[in-house]
Amino acid sequence: MDMQTSRMLREKAQLIRKMTIREIGELSAGHIGGSVDLCELLAVLYFHAMRIRPQEPDWNERDRFVLSKGHGGPAVYATLALRGYLPEEALATLNRPGTQLPSHCDMQRTRGIDMTTGSLGQGFSCAVGMAIAAKMDALPSFIYACIGDGESQEGQVWEAAMLAGSRHLGNLIAFTDYNKMQIDGCIEQVNGLEPLDDKWRAFNWHVQTVDGHNVDAIAHAIDTAQKIQSRPSMIILDTIKGKGCDFAKNRLGSHNMKGLTTEMWQNAIRKLEQQEVQ
Amino acid sequence: MARELETQGLREVYSDLLIEYGKQDPRICAVDADLMNASSVLRFQAVFPERAIDVGVAEANMIGVAAGLSAMGKIPFTHSFTPFATRRCCDQVTLSVAYAGLNVKMVGSDPGITAELNGGTHMSTEDIAIMRNIPGMVVYEPVDGTQLRAAFPQILAHNGPVYIRLLRKQAVHIFDEGTPFTLGKGNLLQAGSDVSIFASGIMVAEALDAAELLQAEGISAEIINIHTIKPLDEELVLASTARTGCAVTAENASILNGLGGAVAECLVEHAPCPMERVGFRDRFGEVGKMEYLRESIGLTAQDIAAAARRAVARKP
Repeated sequence: MDMQTSRMLREKAQLIRKMTIREIGELSAGHIGGSVDLCELLAVLYFHAMRIRPQEPDWNERDRFVLSKGHGGPAVYATLALRGYLPEEALATLNRPGTQLPSHCDMQRTRGIDMTTGSLGQGFSCAVGMAIAAKMDALPSFIYACIGDGESQEGQVWEAAMLAGSRHLGNLIAFTDYNKMQIDGCIEQVNGLEPLDDKWRAFNWHVQTVDGHNVDAIAHAIDTAQKIQSRPSMIILDTIKGKGCDFAKNRLGSHNMKGLTTEMWQNAIRKLEQQEVQ
Repeated sequence: MARELETQGLREVYSDLLIEYGKQDPRICAVDADLMNASSVLRFQAVFPERAIDVGVAEANMIGVAAGLSAMGKIPFTHSFTPFATRRCCDQVTLSVAYAGLNVKMVGSDPGITAELNGGTHMSTEDIAIMRNIPGMVVYEPVDGTQLRAAFPQILAHNGPVYIRLLRKQAVHIFDEGTPFTLGKGNLLQAGSDVSIFASGIMVAEALDAAELLQAEGISAEIINIHTIKPLDEELVLASTARTGCAVTAENASILNGLGGAVAECLVEHAPCPMERVGFRDRFGEVGKMEYLRESIGLTAQDIAAAARRAVARKP
């Protein structure tokens, strides 16, 4: 990837992050921690890796993205707005009555959302079904899916993983948002996942682990994964929960924060902008 | 009152239909959880190997995979035994399929006592109740092969989730070839004036036998098959009870929130009348052969006739 693209993706990630902080901040509550840590992934997917047509969201040959950790919806909505699927003003309707942008991703409501998610583990199975269908129809589509680390405690994730590995779904590229935190505490204290990479290898997946906040590393890993035809790919993203949002960063309580003030979210955005200048 | 069995099991009728319509419609595919043999979907797999997906023993994943197939434009038919097709994957059916607005047809086989020697663990009595509570879900229980053949294209044409409660074995022959069926509309089998008996699945044959018992006592029973438990044919239920003045439901499932629940809700809201329910009465199943289970659970023609007598006696 050239330096210009790399710079563009970093800028997009920051924009997505700021829009997400504002979306949730204006509402004073929401899943901030596990939304803002997805910004680099979403920037790489929607502005670089995915074959999509924002003006034709139902284009049959498009790549799909399933955010199985559906509570990260606000970050996806910011991305979709930035990519031209939604008007930017729509972001101000997050979780308001009658909105098209609910907390968790909803394919029936939101233009550009490929699968309804929210009950953890389920979206991942759906992504496997989508990858099977794409193969059945010999579509060139890749199916991208992102699961959470807490979500990886769901048995359904491993049912789906086993099937994808067994069926050699090379068109399935998945990510684990490994921020090491879940609602009740640190992952390793609640119900540890390690050795996570070995688990995926044992399920016949191609596994890479990268810095989840480095757009170059993510893009390179996706590029590698696309070339692996014989196995599905898991890209474990080493992330920081609440990344780039000073009131949420690395805080256990950032999963679903309440009582956010205007001062808090505006300060968080200001700090991000100061870092950009530096 | 020995009734004739059909020559083909309903599972063979079902898999023949999958193949027949699968030839015309490439969107049709089958997803199973290690029971392709039991459902005869192996026959579909033999014709369309690419379109038959066995996920192994993983029912939650089966539903998720089917939802993903539907999101890509396929029409997947899933299958497991009734308890595993419903309660085992209730959240997946609710969210990944129904809430997501996807078009998945879900077959649960061996309903109620027809699980026989698999016993209480496999004897789902609450599957109708689970599926009926999911918004937008159609719940259909075929009576015989003639009906299933007529209903299948309608199920296929319906753009939304359908639960098909499928007897695997040979059904009692009830309907003549050419009988008209409409999904969501009940079928009047025998007109009567004293009591309306609404029956589903294997209980239709018992209800017809009960009508003969009642006839001998001078009670004229109207027999109606409610094959689509949701949406309920309220018009037919109300028209019939307006004539007869009382109702009996007969189902091979729990009386709670199944056919009995649906008819009771309809009557209480629109035209209350004496009503009795025949079915599993807040109890689990048990291991046994059909005749033993019919007796022990209370699903015989005599049970229906007794319920009818009670309902008639309660009329004002």
